[in-house]
Amino acid sequence: MSGTSVLFDAPGPKARRRSLISSIVAGVLILAGLAWIVMTLAAPRESGGITLPGYFDPSRWDIFADPALWSRILTAGVWATLSAALTASVFAIALGILLSLMRSSAIAWIRIPTAVVLEFVRGMPVLLMMLFILLVLNTGAFWAVVAALSLYNGAIIGEALRAGLAALPRGQREAGLSLGMRPLQSKMLVEFPQAFRQMLPIIVAQLVVLLKDTSLGAIVGYVELLRLNMYQLATFYGNRYLFSFFIVTLVLYLIMNLSLSWFARWLSKRTASKSSGTKLDPDNPNQAILVAEASAAARQMGNAPGRI
Amino acid sequence: MDAVIENLPTYWRGFSMTLLLLGVSGLSALVLGTIIAAMRISPVASLRGFATVYTELVRNTPLTLVLFFCAVVLPILGSRLEFATAAMIGLAVYTSPFVAEALRSGINGVPIGQAEAARSVGLGFGQTVGLIVLPQAFRMTIPPLINVFIALTKNTSVAGAFFVFELFAGTRELANANGDAVIAILLGAATFYLAITIPLGAVAAQLERKWVVQR
Repeated sequence: MSGTSVLFDAPGPKARRRSLISSIVAGVLILAGLAWIVMTLAAPRESGGITLPGYFDPSRWDIFADPALWSRILTAGVWATLSAALTASVFAIALGILLSLMRSSAIAWIRIPTAVVLEFVRGMPVLLMMLFILLVLNTGAFWAVVAALSLYNGAIIGEALRAGLAALPRGQREAGLSLGMRPLQSKMLVEFPQAFRQMLPIIVAQLVVLLKDTSLGAIVGYVELLRLNMYQLATFYGNRYLFSFFIVTLVLYLIMNLSLSWFARWLSKRTASKSSGTKLDPDNPNQAILVAEASAAARQMGNAPGRI
Repeated sequence: MDAVIENLPTYWRGFSMTLLLLGVSGLSALVLGTIIAAMRISPVASLRGFATVYTELVRNTPLTLVLFFCAVVLPILGSRLEFATAAMIGLAVYTSPFVAEALRSGINGVPIGQAEAARSVGLGFGQTVGLIVLPQAFRMTIPPLINVFIALTKNTSVAGAFFVFELFAGTRELANANGDAVIAILLGAATFYLAITIPLGAVAAQLERKWVVQR
């Protein structure tokens, strides 16, 4: 139901005016609330007889005029976050491909253990996995973060690809087999490229999750953006700058994550217009996987709908 | 194995806090998420805009940073909240856009012909939404919502790093105290998490299978 307008009668002049007025009133209320928050933060505060400057006072932000600090934040913090995320993405996608093939294998003693392992990995917090790898395998913080993120996201990507494989029309496989391909050949050369392309937006959306989750590394001692800014630099410069560091960290994370999210959305629009298949919502990987699985299930029931 | 059995009380203390975090922040996220979803489909443009920006910003902020804000920055700004309460607020805020998206995509999943058919037989707005759209959207919504709660269960572990004694914090303490049985301790903790997430996942899959065939 993309157009909610079906639910109402077409608004007449009165209704249009009413909705304009309520829109303006709500907008003013929201702006007033935001302004109140900003004013409260900006106001100087009394604490134990001393007047502290407001949070937007230049004395709380002066350190950010120093290019040396920025180069530290960018080269040490942002780079550490991005390098962990990049390394983990490569491994996660490779693992996802492998797992999806194993999970949809025709041989039961490959398929069933893979399903059990996937279930185990998907049900466990990534943080616990990081701690496990750090303490048990003694890999050092960077590889603990990368390994846990690859394993967890690899499992999710594997599941997405499997759903993509299952949602393909059965004719694709039959055509491959009838050309004389072996089952694995047909899977690798005919089915998998289509499933991968169909699921690419979902995979990129999962990489946003991966990028966000690198911040868990701060907890197990990997010095990335959050740990550098909020624990090391904020401690070094003192509590006075904590709020400023928080805002800077937040903005940096938002820039990285939003650009990747928008890329996923753009990709999904592109693939949706190219292939006439189901459009999967990259904002909602879980939902998208469910939709793909559902259309696969419906197809198996024999009453295959053209699209859902 | 002995190390796990000996330390069951610690596990249990952590686990009950995890359950409390899950329950309270899950319910609050449900309420908050429903409000956001309602704002996103409302006819009032400014509410729609606000909800969109909120969803976009919160979803692209790492949970660690949200909880850091609640546990460390808020007290500096003058809040007197307990750490557990602050963590619940953080988890609820972080989860709410995901709830809203699950609800919204459930409603969007109902084919538009359903609403058109309802309108053309003369049902009003309330009847269309209440009798035709929501009952169908409900089925599409429950499995993704359960998935959101599974994610929330796993996310409560992050609160353990911000002064809340729940399962992850308890596990870390036990792992430090029992250097000789780290593997057993960590697997014990994993079992507790899996005891929540695997049944929930099975329920989601079951409902999905049951409902998709009927449509």
